[in-house]
Amino acid sequence: MNFIVFAILALLAITAVAIAKLRELWAVIMFTGIYSFLSASWMIILDAPDVAFTEAAVGAGISTVLMLSTMALTGKAEEIPRKKSLVPLFVVIVTGATLVYGTLDMPHFGSPDAPVQVYPDPSFVKRSEADMHGLPNVVTALLASYRGYDTLGETTVVLTAGIAVLLILRRNDEKDEPTQLAGNKTP
Amino acid sequence: MSPDLLPNALTTGILMATSFAVLLTMILALVRATLGPTVFDRVLALNMFGTKTVLLISVVSFVTGRSDFLDLALLYSLMNFIGIVALLRFTQYNSFSDSVTSSGESNQP
Repeated sequence: MNFIVFAILALLAITAVAIAKLRELWAVIMFTGIYSFLSASWMIILDAPDVAFTEAAVGAGISTVLMLSTMALTGKAEEIPRKKSLVPLFVVIVTGATLVYGTLDMPHFGSPDAPVQVYPDPSFVKRSEADMHGLPNVVTALLASYRGYDTLGETTVVLTAGIAVLLILRRNDEKDEPTQLAGNKTP
Repeated sequence: MSPDLLPNALTTGILMATSFAVLLTMILALVRATLGPTVFDRVLALNMFGTKTVLLISVVSFVTGRSDFLDLALLYSLMNFIGIVALLRFTQYNSFSDSVTSSGESNQP
């Protein structure tokens, strides 16, 4: 089982380097599809099928099509940067070191005293009514208070998606725009 | 999964060899996607990579004895199909619109 994990991680690294190196955007989109397939299968091996499900649907399905349609509106090749600067490399290394430092506090994978194995204990359910000043519904207490920031983030994402959908629909209404593609005119 | 399908020593060995072969094919597809001179080499490499992912997930689901991963493998093959159809359609017509022009014309405004 271990060699599958190592092989998938090595393939992920190779794909990431190829994405960074390639200058042909078409091939880069291919590689991002490969990358999300790989990361989704790695998430499955890590026993997170729901995350892998989302990754496969969004990463491999929708974002590939989105990037392709973006490329239809813009150019097909990325301009090669003339000067090389060390600032991006420095920023990436610092960010990566911070992330690795953050994982040092986490419990080991599958460890029995990890919070996911210990919580939620029944006292959490019992004291929620007193914590929330008499709110009877435990689910509401969880969503709106204990995980309040999480819920705020989720509703922000949903709001952003709704605004994006409304903007796209509004743009389709203006039929006689001069930016309409030549091949789309109805005879 | 029924208990008689749970892996014993021989089937575990066979499944490990299968996953090794699938991973090797994935590496070869990645090499082709990197080198591929034409667009269609890369499209074919991506399609093959998706298929190998489906196979790898199926093999892993048999190794770990969890049959619910097979549904995910089905979803992946659907995603792969839709993505490849969108890619090829874009390659041919250079747009995703419903009204399709001939492939020779450029659709630039």
